[in-house]
Amino acid sequence: MRVGVVTFPGTLDDRDAARAVEYAGAEPVSLWHGSDDLKHVDAVVLPGGFSYGDYLRCGAISAKAPIMKSIIVAAEHGFPVLGICNGFQVLAEAHLLPGALTRNADMHFLCTDQTLKIENNNTMWTNGFTLGQEILIPMKNAEGNFNCDDVTLHELESEGRVIARYVGVNPNGSRAAIAGITNKRGNVVGLMPHPEHAIDLLTGPSKDGLTFFTSLLHSMIAG
Amino acid sequence: MGKIIVEVMLKPEILDPQGQAVGKALPRLGFTFAQSVRQGKRFEIEVAGDPTPAMLADVEKAAEEFLANTVIESFVVKVEK
Repeated sequence: MRVGVVTFPGTLDDRDAARAVEYAGAEPVSLWHGSDDLKHVDAVVLPGGFSYGDYLRCGAISAKAPIMKSIIVAAEHGFPVLGICNGFQVLAEAHLLPGALTRNADMHFLCTDQTLKIENNNTMWTNGFTLGQEILIPMKNAEGNFNCDDVTLHELESEGRVIARYVGVNPNGSRAAIAGITNKRGNVVGLMPHPEHAIDLLTGPSKDGLTFFTSLLHSMIAG
Repeated sequence: MGKIIVEVMLKPEILDPQGQAVGKALPRLGFTFAQSVRQGKRFEIEVAGDPTPAMLADVEKAAEEFLANTVIESFVVKVEK
């Protein structure tokens, strides 16, 4: 199975994302923001970083990149997409996920190992977790404060589309302590913390993050 | 040459920590006038000739789709004389 990892100008975590794909047992394929060619991949990861220097708004310019045109069309037909950190911001700006990621409530750039609770294990990227499982993965962001209006929040909650919530303190002021969400179909997932940095105990606080990537393989093989 | 201005502000219900930080710094500098501060963005767009209604409609569309994120922000389009 081939999993694309998109590089935008200013992307930082594309190598770690590709490494996580490889650890999970799939073939990572490098995709370039300036091309609309998805190279026949089976899924895509939008990695973290500061694409376009966070100019205008985080993820706003990347959301209009040629590769995103192809990803948006594919995602609307069930193609799996995981957006991590800046990738989540891109998905929100591209309207593949609702809401917006705004400046952290305390203004600080956060860099910490964060405990999350998995609240939806029916998506293409989270089916390997048990419901309510607590995981520990790194988080690093300045604009991770998930915001949406009341109607959207009600929709997310009532449809079970919050995939992960912060445990303990709410680090950035996100509404309802939301760390990650999915679309109605469960093929598009956005997550603020970084599972790709937690796939090996040599370099991460746990191996919990790997399950996002093995979940994808499982859902592709099962599906 | 004409100039079109687009001003973008966070909606009132969205927390603006940047504006708050500025608001807290002002009294430290001896400026005591501010009850609150909110920070926004201003785009100055130069166009050839006087802006036409069609051009302004295009700017509105660009603001709606790109310059502002209407999930969290509102905008106004003005022509600068």
